[in-house]
Amino acid sequence: MSDIKKFMYVNRKAPYGTIYAWESLEVVLIGAAFEQDVSVAFVDDGVYQLIKGQDTTELGIKNFSATYKALGDYDVNKLYIEKESLDARGLTLDDLMPLTYEDENDNWAEKNSIRVVSSQELAELFEHSDVLFNF
Amino acid sequence: MKFAIQVNEGPYNHEASVSALNFTKAALEAGHEIFRVFFYHDGVNNGTRFTSPPQDDINIAGSWSELADQHGIDLVICVAAAQRRGIVDEGEQERQGKDGNNIASGFRISGLGQLVEAGIQSERLIVFGD
Amino acid sequence: MSILHTVNKSPFDRNSLDACIRLAVKGGSVLLIEDGVYGAMKGTNKSDMVTHAMKDLSFYVLGPDLKARGIDEEKLIDGIKVVDYSGFVTLTVENDKAQAWL
Repeated sequence: MSDIKKFMYVNRKAPYGTIYAWESLEVVLIGAAFEQDVSVAFVDDGVYQLIKGQDTTELGIKNFSATYKALGDYDVNKLYIEKESLDARGLTLDDLMPLTYEDENDNWAEKNSIRVVSSQELAELFEHSDVLFNF
Repeated sequence: MKFAIQVNEGPYNHEASVSALNFTKAALEAGHEIFRVFFYHDGVNNGTRFTSPPQDDINIAGSWSELADQHGIDLVICVAAAQRRGIVDEGEQERQGKDGNNIASGFRISGLGQLVEAGIQSERLIVFGD
Repeated sequence: MSILHTVNKSPFDRNSLDACIRLAVKGGSVLLIEDGVYGAMKGTNKSDMVTHAMKDLSFYVLGPDLKARGIDEEKLIDGIKVVDYSGFVTLTVENDKAQAWL
């Protein structure tokens, strides 16, 4: 179908300090119902959105980190993380929440949604997207 | 060409909504179509009719309303973001049991799907924010 | 295929311009708007980064934002083109999508 577009949601901001991370995740969730070809990128401070062990109880605000784990159920399973952004922050994949989806084309095998890519690879992914959403 | 505009910041605090206004006007002048302007995050604050800036300052909400009036463009405020920030139309006033509403003329409140749809239907999405 | 990148942050405050340059593919365009226009000035500690990026990317700066901030066009890095809002619209048409480095 020609009306399926390649959507790329670009996250460059850390959670909690500002609302952008949470409200952009809301767009991704709503957007999933439109059955476009969806990718989500985490760049710069955006990688902090996926850190393990977030606990907001003492702040008294909503902890939305668990919502990322639901993305797989919404068929949002292309989550690109820029390696350079991880490196710059002294982070590795082990610092991030494991995010998976069940592949309906492979007998519902559980697969990793997170793909660590280089700046160059991510730049190419941006280039080949149809619409870039920035928050 | 068909444009969608996304505005992520409120008026005055940040230049984003002024940039979006100027861009929208220039696109219309060049003969392009504005499919929709979508107000998200604090951008929903562009849509209150209760602002009264000093006379020598720009009236941002009023400028959007004027554009909608003159060109029939669709100004959509995200309902989830609006509920958090207290932008209310008649429907929301009724649903949420509020004692009034404050939406400016030409704006309407609707779901986030309107942004996604704008991304699908338009040839360009231009985002203004912080 | 090409992207119009808009950068609206001062490069002395935030890393939007750095990120844009790092993640822009050759042949793209960069338009500096709002506080992003400070990145267009020569003689700063960001000028070399911009000059270097100009080998692969076309740089533009929004005139109305320059004027508002009292930046004379003579202070711009050679080769950066000044556009008005109508030029901004043209850039969005000439490139096939836009990416805002907020």
